[in-house]
Amino acid sequence: MVDMAALTKLHASPITATRVKARRRAETRLKIYGITAIFLAALALVTLLSSVFYKAAGALTESYINLPVTLSAEEIPVDDPGSANFGGLTKDVMKEVFPFVTSRRDRRDLYGLVSSGASFELQNKVKADPNLIGGVITFPFLLSDDADLYLKGFFGTLTSEDTDGALSISGNVTEVGEEVQLFSTANDFVAEVAVVKELLLIEAARVRADAERQERGRAVFTERAQAASTDEQREKLIAGATGYATQRDALNARADDLEDRALRPGGEEPLSSETPSLLLEVNGGWIDATRVSATGLVGEVVVPLFSDADAAPGEWVLHVMETPENARKVNDKQVIWLETLRSNEATETTFNWRFFTAGDSREAELAGVWGAIVGTFFTMLVTFFLAFPLGVSAAIYLEEFAPKNRFTDFVEVNINNLAAVPSIVFGLLGLAIFVTGVEFEVWGREIVIGGFAPRSAPIAGGMVLALMTLPTIIIASRAAIRAVPPSIRDAALGVGASKLQCTFHHVLPLAMPGILTGSIIGMAQALGETAPLIMIGMVAFIVDIPQGITDSATVLPVQIFRWSDFPERAFEAKTALAIVVLLGFLVIMNILAIILRKRFERRW
Amino acid sequence: MIQITIFVVLLLTAAAYLTGRTRAVTAGGGALATLHSRPSYHGFYCAIWVLMVGIAAILVIAIIGGALIEARLMAAIAAADPTLSQIEIDLVLSDAQAIAAGDIASRSGDLRTAIAQQFISAETMRIWAVLVVGMGAALATFMVTTRQINREWRARNRSERIVRYMLVTSAAIAIMTTIGIILSLVGETLNFFANIDWQVWKYVFGLTWSPLSGVHSGEMDADKVGAIPLFAGTLMITIIAMLVATPIGLMAAIYLADFASPTVRSIAKPMLEILAGIPTVVYGFFAALTLGPAIRGLGEGIGLTVASESALAAGIVMGVMIIPFISSLSDDVLNAVPQSLRDGSYGLGATKAETIRQVVLPAALPGIVSAVLLGVSRAIGETMIVVMAAGQGANLTANPLEAVTTVTVQIVMLITGDTEAATAAGPAFTLGFTLFCVTLGLNFVALRIVRRYREMYD
Amino acid sequence: MNEAEATMDTDRGAIPMKDAETPFMADIKVAATNVDVFYGDTHAIKDVSVDIGDKAVTAFIGPSGCGKSTFLRCLNRMNDTIDICRVTGDIRVDGADIYDRTVDPVQLRARVGMVFQKPNPFPKSIYDNVAYGPRIHGLAANKAELDEIVETSLRRAAIWDEAKDRLSEPGTGLSGGQQQRLCIARAIATAPEVLLMDEPCSALDPIATARVEELIDELRANYAIVIVTHSMQQAARVSQKTAFFHLGSMVEYDDTETIFHNPSDKRTQDYITGRFG
Repeated sequence: MVDMAALTKLHASPITATRVKARRRAETRLKIYGITAIFLAALALVTLLSSVFYKAAGALTESYINLPVTLSAEEIPVDDPGSANFGGLTKDVMKEVFPFVTSRRDRRDLYGLVSSGASFELQNKVKADPNLIGGVITFPFLLSDDADLYLKGFFGTLTSEDTDGALSISGNVTEVGEEVQLFSTANDFVAEVAVVKELLLIEAARVRADAERQERGRAVFTERAQAASTDEQREKLIAGATGYATQRDALNARADDLEDRALRPGGEEPLSSETPSLLLEVNGGWIDATRVSATGLVGEVVVPLFSDADAAPGEWVLHVMETPENARKVNDKQVIWLETLRSNEATETTFNWRFFTAGDSREAELAGVWGAIVGTFFTMLVTFFLAFPLGVSAAIYLEEFAPKNRFTDFVEVNINNLAAVPSIVFGLLGLAIFVTGVEFEVWGREIVIGGFAPRSAPIAGGMVLALMTLPTIIIASRAAIRAVPPSIRDAALGVGASKLQCTFHHVLPLAMPGILTGSIIGMAQALGETAPLIMIGMVAFIVDIPQGITDSATVLPVQIFRWSDFPERAFEAKTALAIVVLLGFLVIMNILAIILRKRFERRW
Repeated sequence: MIQITIFVVLLLTAAAYLTGRTRAVTAGGGALATLHSRPSYHGFYCAIWVLMVGIAAILVIAIIGGALIEARLMAAIAAADPTLSQIEIDLVLSDAQAIAAGDIASRSGDLRTAIAQQFISAETMRIWAVLVVGMGAALATFMVTTRQINREWRARNRSERIVRYMLVTSAAIAIMTTIGIILSLVGETLNFFANIDWQVWKYVFGLTWSPLSGVHSGEMDADKVGAIPLFAGTLMITIIAMLVATPIGLMAAIYLADFASPTVRSIAKPMLEILAGIPTVVYGFFAALTLGPAIRGLGEGIGLTVASESALAAGIVMGVMIIPFISSLSDDVLNAVPQSLRDGSYGLGATKAETIRQVVLPAALPGIVSAVLLGVSRAIGETMIVVMAAGQGANLTANPLEAVTTVTVQIVMLITGDTEAATAAGPAFTLGFTLFCVTLGLNFVALRIVRRYREMYD
Repeated sequence: MNEAEATMDTDRGAIPMKDAETPFMADIKVAATNVDVFYGDTHAIKDVSVDIGDKAVTAFIGPSGCGKSTFLRCLNRMNDTIDICRVTGDIRVDGADIYDRTVDPVQLRARVGMVFQKPNPFPKSIYDNVAYGPRIHGLAANKAELDEIVETSLRRAAIWDEAKDRLSEPGTGLSGGQQQRLCIARAIATAPEVLLMDEPCSALDPIATARVEELIDELRANYAIVIVTHSMQQAARVSQKTAFFHLGSMVEYDDTETIFHNPSDKRTQDYITGRFG
């Protein structure tokens, strides 16, 4: 027997005190793990939402340029305005604004600033109001996605540097594309030269690393050559090693040259599409620099100057675009044109209503979610009108009528398992049964079951989602029905109501708030489903707004999926904004469910 | 035309209700209490019969008529040009139907125009047949049911029986869905296995997945349908996801169940619910456009090569998606451990941490295991995140920084790809069937454990 | 013998008394002064003062909801585990304030053990159930010592004979009365000085109740025991001192004999004679 009294004394001993401290520390540790876990979950949520919202902000506005359009009656027949060449007219307008842009390539870049949808909008405007023909109107031309992104600063911003010197200009300054020399009386371009030289050093380091790799290759080949068994092999390997050595030397020489250029003070450095762009604004024109030194630069005229007169300090501006030309979708010339338009106050940024009213488009600036919203609406309509009555009836049967037997058990197990079947499997089911149909051979004849729903139509999608939502609705409805106290049933049955009357007159109305709450939550889940709809072909590119449940349509989540895959940068913001719209609908549905629960919550 | 027929049937249904009710009132002769059933039940009984018979008649005539017309036209085509193969006959028929509808057909010709003519006349007949038979059947039912009404007529019992059958049918939909899933998956799976000469092991254990490589020669190459790379990819992403979700979800649940103040709970729980309510496509977007590039940048910063579509990014985001799932299931399970056990432990001088680790967690273990199993089943079946953020090439690797592909990704690729649907369906549905079986097994086990566990403490 | 006691239990009229040969007021083990307990806004215990003697059984009686259990749970700070519960006043064990900031409730509960209304063995083996306390408090230096503690505790709780052959079987497999004695053994194993018992027999059948009551009487030699019960017969059988609680206040506290035969308060008398309860 242990002396328990002696053990009791242990409780007051210092050993125990230290032990308790250690135990308390263990407790604090566990608590910290818990807090960390919740913090991490919160962090994930905040990161996810903020990255989406941040990206979405870029799609909230769209950019236009307001330009005067001459609607001459010769070109636009009054009786049929739609037949005129509005695409040509739009180009003419651009040509008028930038008459000095003459080369084919530049023209194409210039026209590329305006969205292909702009001329259709002009056409529609004129068609709607033929009285405009013969006059001059100012029309907002929608900018293309890249131009729009530039104006929003997605490709970096054009910064103006401080300059001190007076600028002298030589060369043909009135012709676009001519080379001109510019000299400043101060060291105004020192900082820019330094940046370029730094890039040279980085490039040199890369070349050196490349050279090192060649050296390693040479070493390996040499080693192998020594170990080679046949002369033939050895020769081959030695030749390989020599090849590597030559390449190594060439690379090292290049690196030496680059480093030499970078470290030598002064000198003139060329600018390329991998360096920042220097754009000089002077005498009402723009010059795109091609070479730069500390006190001067050589460049190409993009917007003709008035004259080659000297510019006093402060009368000329040096613009720097940090983002290299090949890292942005608008080239230097387009930047200059857009900046010219911006300084003329021709550009305008408005709220992007189009996004919420337009259908899908391949052009990012024209794409909208309205088509997807309508498609979602029709799909949800089908889902609700199938899943709700079926789900509630099934729940009523299982809760109120079903005898406790194997069939009922089997149904229950089935429902629980269906609730956890991956959604993509439901998609395959929908594809096989609703869309293509399952073929059987019975007595030598082919029989097709199903296959009645048109591909990519809301009716097919709605049916698939209904099957997916059914278990959720059944489970929620059963819980709601079960929560109605038996006393209500007893009371109804006691006054002589039949079982069915009791259920439909008393139990169901009392359970309805719970059933509706569960159904809304089920519908919210269905609203976010993507995979099964992809399976039944709702991924097609559909421009038109669907008119009914049998029209081809897409839904919001699928639209998000498709857009996220597009390479155009502008679609990233559009995708994010579409997500915000989708989340908005989910929030509305959940709030509805919460209100319903709060409002009608009943405790017996 | 069919819409009009349905509309007429609906009108007849309404009429049947009203007539039935009026007749019942008349039959009652002023003393309604003498009727066996209340008048509205008589009306309901008549109406539901009219509706059912009417709609059934329309469907039967429309479907049988369609099939008959098709069979006759095909026979006509075959008779007109016996050289045509079955596929060509189908093509001629669909062209003829397009011509009849005024759409653009792939080709025109005398035969097609002639068949189109036949089609139009047959179609007109079918529509008229639907109209006449549908309305006739509905009208006949209307007459019969309203005639039957008298004082003793047990309309309530009879209509209640019909409603009960409807309820049973709704409940049976669950079973029908399961049967439908199995039916639609098994057929194609068997086809697929037949195409590889029943070398099922080559599918289960093969290392090369490129099922469509031999399509042009019309042969399925049994050596290129090895699904191991897909299973391995799925497994890797699932493991990464569970490594993220299980500790975080479980720790969060423990904290919320035993440590958190009501204020923290009232914030953290809705937060987890929001996390659970975010659609998977949004998670996919995040994985593909935010986390993927971030991990790639981070990896390059420390000198690692990371694929832009890495298993790691997809796995982590999938883990985040599963966190609320694990935490809410575990929370339920932990709360189901009776307070008396906790009290017993506290009463002996145990700290909360000791109580949780040594009493609550062991007691809740079955429930937590089943929560994790359900989480795994979700991870395996999750589609959008991996489609958007994991790779598409079947790549057998153990490096989480490389792109891997999963079963679900391959299903999507096959179904949405350019290959002819009939060819791609084989491997896709086989993968789907595999997925269905695995998740079904996991769910089944998990639900059983949960059920046993619930019984233990109820 | 057990059956005889069981029948007596149902017979309200005859109150069997303990012939109290033990010297009555021994040293004071637990001293509570002016204790108030609040659950949120509810004032659950109102200004209760009571001194509990060592090596004796003190019973708290009273109608349901009178606060006797709540007060009991103050004595080892079990109320700390309830968020909304607030305790004021002064409670001392061996003269030391147990609500002092320096006192860790974990340590306190090792000294003031507790047995609950419903037997609550952990879903572990019988051995692990009993070894749980000594393990967390580090009472045993090695396995042999732990074995000894387990055996001693099981013997003291008078369940050794029934449990010795099935130590590795789950504790939940025992019968209700055995489970409760296992819980008592579990409480004893932490080597406490005070044992709090919250209606330990309310979930047991009469025979099991008798065994537990006998056990309580044996344990009195080593511990200060406080037992909450709503069976007056039980209080009369096992306790030396009795406190009567009513509506959150302590109405009367005296020798058990006095309370049952000569109560000074009218309410006590009404309760004892069965006018309410």
